[in-house]
Order: sequence, then structure tokens, then C-alpha cells
Amino acid sequence: MAEKKIYALPNIATPSAPVIFHEDVCNGCNHCVEVCQVDVYIPNPEKGKPPVILHPDECWYCGCCVNDCPRPGSITFNWPVQQRAYWKDKASGQVLRDSQS
Amino acid sequence: MAKWHDFLEKDGRAPVWPYPIRYDQEQQIDTDVLVIGGGIAGCWAAISAARQGASVALVEKGDTIRSGAGGPGCDHWCNAPANPLSNVDPDEWAEVMSEMPYCNGIGNQIQCREDWDTLVEMEQIGGKIRDTKDEYVGAEGRDAKTRLMISPRYTRNASFGPDAEDRRRLASNPEGKLNNVVIRVWGTTFKPALKKECRRLGVKIYDRVMVTSLLTEKGAQGGRVIGATGLNGRTGEFMIFRSKAAVLATAGDWSLFLLNTELAGYNTFRSRTMTGDGSAMAFRAGAALTMMERTGVIMLGTGYKHTWYGGAGDASYENVPLVDANGKLLPWPTQGWADGGAMRPSPEVMEKIIKGIQKGEYALPFYGDFPAMAEIERRATWKLMLGEESTTKVITDSYEKAGFDPAKHLLQNYSFIEGESPSQWRTTGGGGPVVDWDLKTTLDGLYVAGENMFSAGDHSYAAATGRYAGRKAAAYAQQVGAGDVSADQIKVEKARVYAPIQRTSGIDWKELHAGIARAMQYFGTEYKTEGILKMGLDALKEIEEVHVPRLYALDPHKLMRSVEDLSLLTLGQIVINASLARPASSRMLNHFRIDYPELDPPQWQKFLTIRLEDGKVKTDRMPLRYWGDLKAGYEAHNQDYAGVYQGK
Repeated sequence: MAEKKIYALPNIATPSAPVIFHEDVCNGCNHCVEVCQVDVYIPNPEKGKPPVILHPDECWYCGCCVNDCPRPGSITFNWPVQQRAYWKDKASGQVLRDSQS
Repeated sequence: MAKWHDFLEKDGRAPVWPYPIRYDQEQQIDTDVLVIGGGIAGCWAAISAARQGASVALVEKGDTIRSGAGGPGCDHWCNAPANPLSNVDPDEWAEVMSEMPYCNGIGNQIQCREDWDTLVEMEQIGGKIRDTKDEYVGAEGRDAKTRLMISPRYTRNASFGPDAEDRRRLASNPEGKLNNVVIRVWGTTFKPALKKECRRLGVKIYDRVMVTSLLTEKGAQGGRVIGATGLNGRTGEFMIFRSKAAVLATAGDWSLFLLNTELAGYNTFRSRTMTGDGSAMAFRAGAALTMMERTGVIMLGTGYKHTWYGGAGDASYENVPLVDANGKLLPWPTQGWADGGAMRPSPEVMEKIIKGIQKGEYALPFYGDFPAMAEIERRATWKLMLGEESTTKVITDSYEKAGFDPAKHLLQNYSFIEGESPSQWRTTGGGGPVVDWDLKTTLDGLYVAGENMFSAGDHSYAAATGRYAGRKAAAYAQQVGAGDVSADQIKVEKARVYAPIQRTSGIDWKELHAGIARAMQYFGTEYKTEGILKMGLDALKEIEEVHVPRLYALDPHKLMRSVEDLSLLTLGQIVINASLARPASSRMLNHFRIDYPELDPPQWQKFLTIRLEDGKVKTDRMPLRYWGDLKAGYEAHNQDYAGVYQGK
């Protein structure tokens, strides 16, 4: 295993990542930083990079950051595991779930 | 590299605060009309005041583009009986709405008279209110000529409860016709259009600023409101607004009784920014508030329930039949054309369902049978109602990405299997400042709009009353001069706001929040007696004297959250004091006193008012219909109402 510095960090907040940024699409325009009414994000110190998720525990899951993103595909909503939906195929009766990873 | 700890691993340090720190700076802004809160009510108040020629400053904790409960969207424009397709008289509809005890009749009357005009103005500035692309031709309720889409809500009665089904024909409603008072709208287009219009009209917008207190003439409690102080949640800068009239539009709170500051965020209709600031600052300034003893149990969200709007049967799942796990149709209303938009079964039907579950007649879990619906109705529900509702678009989009297809799949319903809410999970139930026919509070210079004016949260109500309050505030501002600001009042407020950054240890805002919520749960919920309520006051006082002085904040954001806690603390004190001052139980108020068990005794079928005078709590009573005749009252105060805006 490659040597990696281990820091003494507090537990990660729950939820920790209400969204997933896709660095290959996001150009760091920070529109999502502006539309978020609770300031979940701050701009990335490095220009052109996706914002930093600073206050994930304050997200109210309104979705505006994803809905209003001017470069669709930059952000994916990431529902916390316990909030994921269940549904059922009517024809087969198979129970399905939002299993996006 | 999206999480802050990624930076620790990469750079060996946390990212530096990205905004300039300006704790020691202040800005002064002079304006005719100050609007506090930039949600739906606030934006409309700002637009309407600016259209009257007033200079306007709009102050918003988030960013006006999507802030407030209605920021993400809206699917129904409720109670617009003046719309061209309506089959009822607006005044009669307002009367029927106002039969509900402890409602705000003034607001209802304004909504019924001016809601349609407001919606027309929404369209003028870029909001979509019609099926202009003919996407829903053939859907029930769609009018071919106007392309307006009538909603199945309230088609028979002003209710979404079990009684929504009971056709109650209004005298003005022709036999055999539905009311047509609610209109389906494309509400995701609204908020950005409102912000754009504010800008176009020259409204000065101060985003990311929390208003912390109201300034009164010479700093006197009960004096004319002549401005406000604010705190920038990114920079920590102090703001002083001097105004001739102010409109409060900060809605209510959604976390006073919830311990958990993290999980509570899961889609509870309201974001963390709603912390009762408006009621708290109005109370401290000396305004009389009412309905502060009413609380409601939170049945949804909270993180301990499924994501609201995420399960079949939740709001806006219109016309979706509910079936059991074996596909058997349940006697559950569909929120649709068949049942007048009823959302919940009657107690008798609910008992039948519960017995059916116990006997194995109905198998859990239940499902929403989208595939059973006609294609056009299914699409209207999934794409239009759910796609345009406040926080729902991101839910339906996520489900589709994960493979959900409403033509093939049944969406799970979480009734029963997720359990009931304990009665200690509450929210304050829509209390706020007492208003007159101008939506003016008991303080000169202070107006209120939307949920903040002891009303339910409703997008179109917020819009119509915001537009009205802005108009009245602008008219008042034309008549008065600038006030005499007290330097002492500003000094005291500055000391209060900045105290948490003077300390480097103690307790953080989350711990204080949980402490306040715990005291409210113990002493302000299900089991109320004079003794219990007095323990509540003592508990909150102890928090104020011992724990507030321990509060510390590391940055402007946490400082703002800390000051929000202080709003919640004041709000809690108002709620407990009001609960003490009503020695009677009331079903409508969800206020049950063990020591006064008689339900709604006649002498207490009154509004209870509460205010501060020289720092002392004073309470009083007001008749339930203190506004008099609704139609006459409205007309007497609006002879100059010009209807839909015709200006530039």
C-alpha cells in the first residue's frame, strides 16, 4: 500500500456529499454557489475547479444547484442512502431501488 | 477535491475562508422601503413598492434568485377565484376560506381579489402560466382557448382534507360546474424572473445578509420602525438600513422543536434559513404578535421520515391511485378530479384500512399505481405537477436517472411502515404580527406579508400579500420623513451580534440549537400545564443566561447561524409565554392544557396577542373576526387599486 499521510480528522458530517461534482464537465463557474440558499458550497481556491462542499449538513435538498447548472452533467444529485426511493415493476412484481452510485 | 478534508490531504491545511472578513466594517443604506426577506412575498413586495415609485432595498439571507420555500418552484397557484375560468365569486370564496377559525381573513380576502392579477403580472415578467407549447392537450382541466390548466385541487371545497370530496356548492357556483379556482403553473420559472424584475426596477438587492433587528424611533420599544440592522453571512459586515417603511417577509421557522440540525434538512418544505427571525425582531421592537401558542406536529421530512414528495401519496401526486402490495385498490383519495383533491382518507376510512392491514386484507407496503393512469394525466402529474413543485424536480429527475418509468413502475408509499411522528416534533404553527387592512403591524412603519402574517405557507398567498404590502408600505413612505436613529440601539445590537466571535471556545451554534429544541420538546409540546410551561420559561432563561454567553463562532457563516439561534430562543420564549397566557385547550390551535381541559370554551374563542412593553410581556385578546366584513373592509381600503400593472 502506497504511503499516505493519515490526518486526525473528526467524523465526516452526515450527509457528507449531497451532490457529486464531475470535474471533467464542471468549469468552476460557481453558479451553484450562488443559487444555494444555505451556502452548502464555497468557491474552490483553484479557479476553474468545482466548488468545495463545506456545509453538506445544511443542505435542504431543494436541488436548485443541479437544476440551474449552466453545464448540465457537472453535478449529480446524490441522495443519502436512507432517503433513496423504492419502486416496483408492475409486470414482473420485482422491487427496485434508486441504486445509483 | 470537492470536500474540505480533501484539501487537508492535498495541501496539509484546510481551505482559507473564501470571502473577505469585514467584522469591523459597516455599511449604511438609506431607502424609502426596506423589504426583509427575499422569498416570494419579499420579491413581490419589492416589485410592487418600486412600481409605486419608492426606492427599495431588498435584504435576503440566501441569494434572491432561488431563496425561500418557493424559490425552487411552485405547481399550483391557489385560490385565484378572480381568474377568467373561475365559476365562483371571489368574495364568497374568501368568506368560505375564512370560516376556518384562527385564519387570517384579511390575507384570504386579498388573495382572492388580487391573486389572478398577480399571476398575470408573473406572466408579464417571464413566468410561465399556460401550456403555450401544447404539451398537455387533452388533460382534464386544460382550457383550449386560454391554455390555462385548472388544477384538480379545491374543485369542490376549500380543503385538501377528507372533506374536500364533499361538494359544497357556493351560491355563486352554477350547478354541475367545478370551482376552477386553482391553476397549474410552471413555477420553476418564477423566482429567477422575480429577481430579474427587481433588478430592472432598480431595487437594491442585498443578498447573503441576515436582518438581525429592527430600529425604532429613538430606540424606543413600540416606536415607529425606521430601519433595521443586518449581518452579512459571508463577510461578517454589519449593515445599517434606514427606511421610512419596512416589510417583514421572513415566513416562520422549521426547526425550533427539532434537535438534529443535520437530518432536519431533508426536504421539510423549508430550509435552515427559516428561523423565525421576523417574529423575533418584531416582538423585540414591541409589535403585537398572535397565534404564537399554536404548534403543529411535523408529519414529514425531518430525516427520520422518507423524503417528502419522494413517495407516492405525497403532495402533488394528483390522480395517482394507491394500491396495496398485491395490486388491490385502496380506498385512499387520489388528490384528483375524482375526490376534489383530497389528500387523506377520513378517520372512518383510515380505520378500515388499518383493520384491513391487521387482518391481512391489505398487504404493505402500498404503492402509487402510475401505470394505471391515462397517459396524459400521468404525464401532467409527473412532469408538470411534480416537475414544477418546489423541491420535487430533483426527485423526479433522480428517479428517472435511476430507471424509474411511471408508465411501468409503481412508486412506493411509506405510510405506516415509517411510523408516526412523535408529538414532540413540531413547528410553530404560522404565528406572527397582528395586521390591519394595510397589512401594517401595531407599529407604524412596519408591514408584513406571506407566511409571516400569521398565515399558512402558500406560494400565491405570499405573492398576492407581498404585492399588497409593498404597495401600502410605499404609500406610507411617501407621507413620512426619515426617523431618528438611536446610536445606542445600534451599539447594543452590534454587541449582541458579534459576541460569539469574541470567544474561541465554549459551545457552537448546533449545540445551542439542540439545547433550545430540547427545552421546547420537554416543556412546550404535548403535556402542558402552568407548572410545565413555567419550567420551560426557566429552562430558556437558563439557556439565555448561561449558555448564550458560551456561544462561539469561527467564521461569518457560523456567526450568522449563531444569531439565528438567538432568534429561535426568542421565538421559543414567545411560544411558551403565549401558551401560558391561554388557559384553555383548543383543537384548532393544537394547544392542550392538562389544567384547562375544556376544548375551545366560548370566552377563549379569541386571538391571543402578545407583545413587549418596557421589556415586560403583555397579553391581550382580539375577536376572531376582528377585520369585520371582508368585502367591505377590502373595498374601503383599496379604492385606488389599479389592477394589473400597466406601467413600464
